[in-house]
Amino acid sequence: MGWAIALHGGAGDIPRSLPLERREPREAALRHCLQIGVDAFNSHRSPLDVVELVVRELENNPHFNAGVGSVLTSNGTVEMEACIMDGITKRCGAVSGLSTVKNAISLARLVMEKTPHIYLGFDGAEAFAREQGIETVDSSHFITPENIERLKQAKEANRVQIDYTQPIKKVGDKIPVPDGDSQIGTVGCVAVDGHGNLATATSTGGLVNKMVGRIGDTPIIGAGTYANNLCAVSATGRGEAIIRGTVARDVAALMEYKGLSLNDAATYVVEGAPSGTTGLIAVSAKGEVTMPFNTTGMFRACASEDGYTAVGIWPGELRE
Amino acid sequence: MGGWAIAVHGGAGVDPNLPQDRQEEAKQLLTRCLNLGISALRSSLPAIDVVELIVRELESDPLFNSGRGSALTENGTVEMEASIMDGPDRRCGAVSGITTVKNPISLARLVMEKSPHSYLAFSGAQEFAKQQGVEMADNNYFITEDNVGMLKLAKEANSIMFDYRIPICGSEPCSAVVESPIQMNGLPISVYAPETVGCVVVDSQGRCAAATSTGGLMNKMTGRIGDSPLIGAGTYACDLCGVSCTGEGEAIIRGTLARDVAALMEYKGLNLQEAVDYVIKKRLDHGKAGLIAVSSNGEVAYGFNSVGMFRGFATEDGSMEVGIWE
Repeated sequence: MGWAIALHGGAGDIPRSLPLERREPREAALRHCLQIGVDAFNSHRSPLDVVELVVRELENNPHFNAGVGSVLTSNGTVEMEACIMDGITKRCGAVSGLSTVKNAISLARLVMEKTPHIYLGFDGAEAFAREQGIETVDSSHFITPENIERLKQAKEANRVQIDYTQPIKKVGDKIPVPDGDSQIGTVGCVAVDGHGNLATATSTGGLVNKMVGRIGDTPIIGAGTYANNLCAVSATGRGEAIIRGTVARDVAALMEYKGLSLNDAATYVVEGAPSGTTGLIAVSAKGEVTMPFNTTGMFRACASEDGYTAVGIWPGELRE
Repeated sequence: MGGWAIAVHGGAGVDPNLPQDRQEEAKQLLTRCLNLGISALRSSLPAIDVVELIVRELESDPLFNSGRGSALTENGTVEMEASIMDGPDRRCGAVSGITTVKNPISLARLVMEKSPHSYLAFSGAQEFAKQQGVEMADNNYFITEDNVGMLKLAKEANSIMFDYRIPICGSEPCSAVVESPIQMNGLPISVYAPETVGCVVVDSQGRCAAATSTGGLMNKMTGRIGDSPLIGAGTYACDLCGVSCTGEGEAIIRGTLARDVAALMEYKGLNLQEAVDYVIKKRLDHGKAGLIAVSSNGEVAYGFNSVGMFRGFATEDGSMEVGIWE
């Protein structure tokens, strides 16, 4: 077997009517980030390096809800969180409440490698970032006009809105948002090398109009992110549902305790979650890849060493 | 089977030379909590209310590491965290970085019931607390003389502590057991090394709930989050069981300990005790931890691979036990 990699840019109520000018840049970004991962594997980087590199690239891209392009809290600020996990050792690192760290996933990796802890949040995480000399920028760097508009709309509708690929509607526009609860957000990458070593990484800005201090599933090991010697998983969707569903751990637990295949385990978990809340990407130690979701769509892409690559948004539309 | 059951813990990892009077104090607190829980259960209070009630009691007592009596950060302050989970529909709530809320577990419950989220932390959680009008106290209220002394010694030894010392280190996993020559009041420092508290309950309707609360590690980095507020790691409850863990936070997180007890029952068909034993034996790698658990059938179980765990349990059929050692 060879290496395999999968990445996502968020699951949610992505309307099939998504205009081309919103769709193409995202598909292009998925391809670009996938290529970063492919090149890294071809240069014999470890799965941990691969997932970090890919997620950094996704964070730097303004089209997804992580790093630049993060959705805003109810105060109009960004609070980013991320998590990374190494399958064989089960070492992990997580961060929450970041506002100036250019690449949250890299700080999560530093927590894993340079501290006796697993998870640092808020001021403590920011202070650690400065100690480590990781790149920090003014928090305005992450804020896009689209997200300012989304927050405004969410406040006007007075709801916490997880969707963010809904086309920005002008104020007073009467076209209803599909269900008001549509979810998008989070980026992630899972990878396995030719020896069965696995790694996963997830990063996000969270929910539009979230309460300041709200933590989602992404940095919670076993919820949004998990890897062991059987598989690596990164989840996306409605954080609160993914937390109570311990989604990422459950995929691995079903394989381990019930002997299910990667695909069966992932499908079981996604189908068991409330409709419209959950998507995930996962790879197994054997090099299998699966990307199920119970939302309208999920921005995703995958590639394997045999040369196969694919990018997709909606079900059954994986295109090479 | 059936009937209600309750278990409580005051932390895993106990100094084997813990003086008798401190052992007695601990047992008395655990007994008091059990009795409180028993009355509540006899009055048909639902499991979710009972676990909150008991953990509030433990937080208010300075003996264990939660609420008052919490371990101190490297800055000498208190940063508390807690989580609560209601088995029947797996609703959950968690908080971290709490500095002035008297009972973090109650704030966690409010997150679960009064916010659109599951987990709030630091200033956002504090703000929510103010909005909810929960009882607040100055950060000093939570700080005890014992812990101030412990922090000082921990800093001198340059280590982060629980029942054994973990040297602050670079890239190696930090789980070496280190002999400690450091003493305070003539006793080895680990006597004073505090831990987490928790409670799990199944009520007479078969509903399970779990709650965990802590001040975290002595001398921890500010902003450090442990296993206690993480659903699936330190706390978990579903329609089969309720679990609360304690011990080396990092090991509990990696092992997704609380969720695994339930997953073993659900996916592998193990019973509660088998699941608890499996998790302690196989999911901890080199880490030291313990846990308490109840099942919807009215069973109660606990397990630990550390030296001792402060715990107690009681069941409707009249059994009641409080213990520290194996």
